[in-house]
Amino acid sequence: MSLRNVGIVYRKELTEALRDRRTVISTILVPLLLFPVLSVGFGSLAVVLVGKAKEEVPKVMLRGGEDSPAVVDGLKKLDKIEIVPETPGWKDQIINKEIRAAVEIPSGFEAHVAQQKSDTVKIFNYQGEMKSEFATDKIETYMKEYRDKVVKERLAAKNLAETVLKPFEVNRENVAPPEKVSGAAFGGIIGYMVILLCMTGAMYPAMDLTAGEKERGTMETILSSPISRMHLVLGKFFLILTAALGTAALSVLSMGVSFSVLGHYTSQSAGGRAAAAEFLLQLGPKTVISVFLMALPVAVLFSATLMTIALFAKTYKEAQSYLTPMTFVVIFPAIAAMLPGVELTPKLSLIPILNVSLLCKELVTGTYHWNYIAIIFSSTCVYAAVALFLAIKMFQRESVLFRS
Amino acid sequence: MIEARGLSKRFQDKKRGEIRAVDNVSFTCQPGKIYGLLGANGAGKTTTLRMLATILEPSDGTAIVCGHDVVEQPEKVRSKVGFLSTATALYRRLTAQEFVEYFGRLNGLDEATLKRRVDDIFNRLDMNSFRDRRCDKLSTGMMQKTSIARTLVHDPQVMIFDEPTNGLDIMTARTITAFIRECRNSGKTVIFSTHIMSEVEKLCDTIGIIHSGKLLVEGSLAQLRDQYAEHELEEIFVKVVTPHYVAEEAN
Repeated sequence: MSLRNVGIVYRKELTEALRDRRTVISTILVPLLLFPVLSVGFGSLAVVLVGKAKEEVPKVMLRGGEDSPAVVDGLKKLDKIEIVPETPGWKDQIINKEIRAAVEIPSGFEAHVAQQKSDTVKIFNYQGEMKSEFATDKIETYMKEYRDKVVKERLAAKNLAETVLKPFEVNRENVAPPEKVSGAAFGGIIGYMVILLCMTGAMYPAMDLTAGEKERGTMETILSSPISRMHLVLGKFFLILTAALGTAALSVLSMGVSFSVLGHYTSQSAGGRAAAAEFLLQLGPKTVISVFLMALPVAVLFSATLMTIALFAKTYKEAQSYLTPMTFVVIFPAIAAMLPGVELTPKLSLIPILNVSLLCKELVTGTYHWNYIAIIFSSTCVYAAVALFLAIKMFQRESVLFRS
Repeated sequence: MIEARGLSKRFQDKKRGEIRAVDNVSFTCQPGKIYGLLGANGAGKTTTLRMLATILEPSDGTAIVCGHDVVEQPEKVRSKVGFLSTATALYRRLTAQEFVEYFGRLNGLDEATLKRRVDDIFNRLDMNSFRDRRCDKLSTGMMQKTSIARTLVHDPQVMIFDEPTNGLDIMTARTITAFIRECRNSGKTVIFSTHIMSEVEKLCDTIGIIHSGKLLVEGSLAQLRDQYAEHELEEIFVKVVTPHYVAEEAN
């Protein structure tokens, strides 16, 4: 084993990689620009849309209620709602979004209430449509408050305490630390991003350094030099690994920066993203380092696997058609880990990729299950070692190197 | 010095079954001499030379190159050999100098020796004008010179050329043939393969005619002329190979 030879190969591959526009774009530029563009783009779009939705005063049509002036008056006084008089075809108007909802007050409503007869107020809306839901909520809240007021008055008239109707309260209170609450929401994403980006970062160099070398006719040149094939494959492997980790690190950095910048500008208007930004800032170096430590064997696994597969191909194009399906193999377990309710179990902790995504979800919320960390780290290391061993073996096979 | 001893290479082909690309080939190449391996396409020339350069491993038999066995000590053999073929391309994103230096380092040269060697070779081959130009920006002639510089950087005792002039224009091809002669004159052992008769006639001290993986005849041009009573090498080649074509078709 000669580190000098591995280093010579690594340095040469690095020089070539940095001079290759496609490699620079896919491993450096894309991860650096992806998140600022995505988050600023989506962020500002969301801010604009949500703002617009909130600015518009929804129109609500009033049906009936001529003999219930007090209720109608109260409705008309509601903030951010415009009550319009009844016109024919109100259902179509809701469907066409000309008005957002309609409220129907039965005739003799106030009289019935006074006589303690049961009655029903109907609200018609466009379910799932944001502005319609907003108007409906307003009306519903008002009507419920009105009902509570009536109940209170009736109790008072009979000299009964309010506790007759509400013998006790039920309260729920959150005791999980704040980072866990937000962590559940965002934690999955970080592990997923790091794993996926390791994969995309390794993909291009893996093809370029194997199938690309065959395609350009330099494979025979390098094989005629005295370097052993193991040193050659290790030098190449380390470069692919560097690209994988570099892409992931640059992406996480750029994600952190763009979220925090965005959070700074939108902290008032967009609470959700501001929370996301705060959360990312809270992550701190300890979490980021532990996520990366867990990602390290995964990156080794990807780099070695992608390299081995790409080595079978004769051309860059052929390699691409082999590796593209690999993306799905990686995306599925990574996404599965993001599903709510999927949690670490001893069995799941042996499934590659899925186990690390699940663990990252825990790490980000500040939970360190040392047993799982040990199992997952060592099992992933074993998979990675097997993949690297296969890569070295494949590099010794003439039928693979000179496939015709 | 190269000694091939019963060198054989078998491949598995899905359609045709086992193929004997090289079948029990033995020959010797002496220092200061050029050995020419003459054969049609697919005769087994490239496979033989790749085994000598330890790019492929023999299925049977072996070869001793500069005292090292190609099966036992392939890395030692490679450090004594310069290998050049039309398939040995350059790394396009490296400059001519970086390319030659890379192979110097892989051959274990220290930086001081490397610098001396590279300067010397670049002066000798008149390559200083494109020293820092990237290989993808070189003309065909410049590329060939760079490849030659690569094979020379570790000062090998044995040179292996696999159809070195294939697809080159006349002027570039002449650079290569001149270089092959120079290698002989400086006392290196040279073996080269080709299907071009005139190259063999001009260059070779010993000629081996290979067909279907078998070495059919061997000898100097004069000896072959005597043996087959023909002057033109092409006629000799046809006389040697034809019976085997007939036999193969009968099968």
